Amino acid sequence: MIKRSIFKSKLLPYLLIGPQILVTAAFFYWPAAQGVVQSMMRSDPFGLHNRFIWFDNFSALFSDPLYLKSIAITLTFSGATALTSISLGLFIAAMANRVFKAKTAIRTLLIWPYAVAPAISGILWLFLLHPSYGIIALAIKRWLGVNWNPVLNGNDALAMVVMASAWKEISYNFVFFLAGMQSIPHSLIEAAAMDGASPFRRFWAITMPLLSPTLFFVTVMNIIYSFFDTFGVIHTVTQGGPGGATNILVYKVYQDGFIGLNLGSSAAQSIVLMTLIIIITVLQFKYVEKKVHYTI
Amino acid sequence: MVEKTPILDTLTYVFLMLGIGIVCFPILYAIIAATLPLDQVSRVPMPMIPGNQFWVNIQAAWARGNLGTQLFNSFIMAGGITAGKIVVSMLGAYSIVYFDYRFRTVAFVTVFCTLMLPVEVRILPTYEMASNLLGPVQPLWNFLHLNALASWIAGHHVKVTLELSLLDSYAGLILPLVASATCTFLFRQFFLTIPEELCEAAKMDGASAMTFFRKILLPLSKTNIAALVVIEFVYGWNQYLWPLLITTNPKMTTAVIGLQNLIPQADDLPEWNVAMAAALIVMLPPVLVVLFMQRWFVKGLVERDK
Repeated sequence: MIKRSIFKSKLLPYLLIGPQILVTAAFFYWPAAQGVVQSMMRSDPFGLHNRFIWFDNFSALFSDPLYLKSIAITLTFSGATALTSISLGLFIAAMANRVFKAKTAIRTLLIWPYAVAPAISGILWLFLLHPSYGIIALAIKRWLGVNWNPVLNGNDALAMVVMASAWKEISYNFVFFLAGMQSIPHSLIEAAAMDGASPFRRFWAITMPLLSPTLFFVTVMNIIYSFFDTFGVIHTVTQGGPGGATNILVYKVYQDGFIGLNLGSSAAQSIVLMTLIIIITVLQFKYVEKKVHYTI
Repeated sequence: MVEKTPILDTLTYVFLMLGIGIVCFPILYAIIAATLPLDQVSRVPMPMIPGNQFWVNIQAAWARGNLGTQLFNSFIMAGGITAGKIVVSMLGAYSIVYFDYRFRTVAFVTVFCTLMLPVEVRILPTYEMASNLLGPVQPLWNFLHLNALASWIAGHHVKVTLELSLLDSYAGLILPLVASATCTFLFRQFFLTIPEELCEAAKMDGASAMTFFRKILLPLSKTNIAALVVIEFVYGWNQYLWPLLITTNPKMTTAVIGLQNLIPQADDLPEWNVAMAAALIVMLPPVLVVLFMQRWFVKGLVERDK
């Protein structure tokens, strides 16, 4: 799309778009192309010998039990994180939407964790869930009778990074759900109330269906968040351990590439992640196009 | 609401308070921990009454974490990313919307193909690119036998290796994160809603393209810019993976990365009071930006991502 009324200039538009194209080419396209080439190479750790091996890195990757385990962990981790933060965000937004007093104060108290870095969220929760000093760890041990120890137990460690990652994402979901709920016309709710629908019925029959595009969008963003942005949480809290129990895909790319120096495999893993995110983006755009028909 | 539901209303408030409690508890706990001396913070359970050691802990955290330097680096990085993104994408969107030229569509597609690709999925090659910015030029240099030319000019054998590294530099921290299709997309959408008449009137009054941009487009974009400043500052400040890779010199690292060193490990003294004090200092700037610019923050968040 372009404006009807435009400026005429030979050089100026190129100068204006130049910086963007330059940065995009240097830090998106060239690295992406390099990544594709590298994913088909086998090189020794010193980068002295490179051999072209087609898709061997990929087939090695998908027959590697550690990688398959990492996929399973990532799915569990992002599923649990998204479910926790979306359900809490939706619940709190539904409550906040019913309230008429102190709206700004309530919103203020709920949105600030968005500004906390995932790594810092990790540190806060590491303290809360520390097996010897954490207060929530103490509560879990005392009241639930679980022998909580995320330093040694993989499941406990996974639960810990899920909590640390989900906590700060509640704010994000809250903002979107509240905005979505407030854009629902009040007349619809009132009409349903006049027909005798209870508040619960109205929520399920009117608010939820009209909120479904928001819910879909928020789910996609949460999955992307838990796949990639949670690197900081993993790196500060567990570093992939114990025994690889929290080694999610993005952390494995870093570990194999920068610590293990297995460049070919790391590049192949990057390509897998890139493909994944492209698929998600395309799906999202398709849905967003369709969404238009649902709006009233 | 529509009808009177006193029981449900009470429950609503109870659940809302519970929700706020869940969201605010970690930070409250961190604040209390940061005010306690070591012997109290390592007691299980930790006392929930604030102590009087807040400044002592803050000072310890500041000195031990070298927070002065690191916070400065974080400010440079977050500020650079914010300013860079907004300038680059605003000019780009202006070019795409208000000019017609041969490669317009190509430029548009080139930029928007990168819409959702986070830096995390392309770390290794981007790192290689940053470690030698002239890497792509080297094959061209070799292909053109410029070594031979250089040798001929110099009169003796010369081998030129092109190298321009961004490692451990502010440019390296900022530049790779400046490329952002999302901001360009947002500005494009916004420019498209600006009435045609404004541009026509400006042209009739003899305004040049840049005058129109400066005098009309820029003032109209003020709220959009404010919204993006909040979002991108938080994004820049909270970056983790990229600064972790590109900086090895502790003097160049950012505050969020530096915190890692203050977490008590198994053999250390359990100085969680100092760690929490440091965490509070480092999270303060983006939290303040979000709280004081709340209106723009919500607008930016909802519009940028949608």
